[in-house]
Amino acid sequence: MNCEGVTRELSNYIDGEVDAALRQELEQHLGGCSHCTVVLNQVKMTVELFCDAEPVDLPTDVRNRLYAALQSKLGL
Amino acid sequence: MLCATFMTEDNRTAPLGSMARPIRKALSTPNPHRLASTVAREDEHLLVAAAKGGDLSAFNELVSRYERKIFRLTMNITRNHEDAEDAMQDAFLKSYSHLKDFEGTSRFYTWLVRIAANEALMRLRKRRPNQFSLDEPITTEDEELMPREIEDWGPSPEQRYAQSEMQEILSGVIDGLDPLFRTVFVLRDVENLSTEETAKILNISVPAVKSRLLRARMKLREKLHPYFRKEGLH
Repeated sequence: MNCEGVTRELSNYIDGEVDAALRQELEQHLGGCSHCTVVLNQVKMTVELFCDAEPVDLPTDVRNRLYAALQSKLGL
Repeated sequence: MLCATFMTEDNRTAPLGSMARPIRKALSTPNPHRLASTVAREDEHLLVAAAKGGDLSAFNELVSRYERKIFRLTMNITRNHEDAEDAMQDAFLKSYSHLKDFEGTSRFYTWLVRIAANEALMRLRKRRPNQFSLDEPITTEDEELMPREIEDWGPSPEQRYAQSEMQEILSGVIDGLDPLFRTVFVLRDVENLSTEETAKILNISVPAVKSRLLRARMKLREKLHPYFRKEGLH
């Protein structure tokens, strides 16, 4: 497998969605290719940064309008 | 799914060894609209059952719990403040009026995400009818996938930027992502939906979700690269 092949399967590999044979092929390439290893780790970190990021507080005016809508339509 | 390895909210706690680290706690201001519910905060299914039975304070507690996450979702999809707010409001209103249809086979939050994502997508399609269709096939060539810049990132990116700076960086890079890729990334990697759920919401095939997710992740890595490489932003 070459670098292009690894790149095509990078997401599936990260998500654990490759079969055992393909995983072995990928890991064999990754073991000897520092470029692909760097990219793999950076893609993992990219996903981690986004899924780990806390949502910001709702702006007060947005929150007030939300509860006003709920109150007028649901009686909340 | 990678994201799930870092989430504690769903009781999924199996972090990947090298990637594991503590979850940041949100610093949020008290919500003056929150009503006291007789149901314990931890018991979502009890809150849902109480809300189904007409307990408005229980529904209010659910809204209060998820308002920030749902607004983040609608904002991430629409990238338009007004649309995001409208989509969030309608999502909560619809979730209440359809609460009787919620069978409890998934978490209430996952069900709410589906409603909110559909509300946001409807507004995105309406605002940009001629710019793109979420259903259109992707014709991007494979060679575009190949990373152009390969260079180690410095020590933990999160240690280099304050939380507010990091939020700005993440918001900026996701803003620049094509909606075709952004919507898939948001549903899969931010909201932690499955590939199948994402395909269903977007009305595209599972292979299309996988293909767009790969491209989204590669593009975001590339956009983050200038901020995180050892020399920093040039």
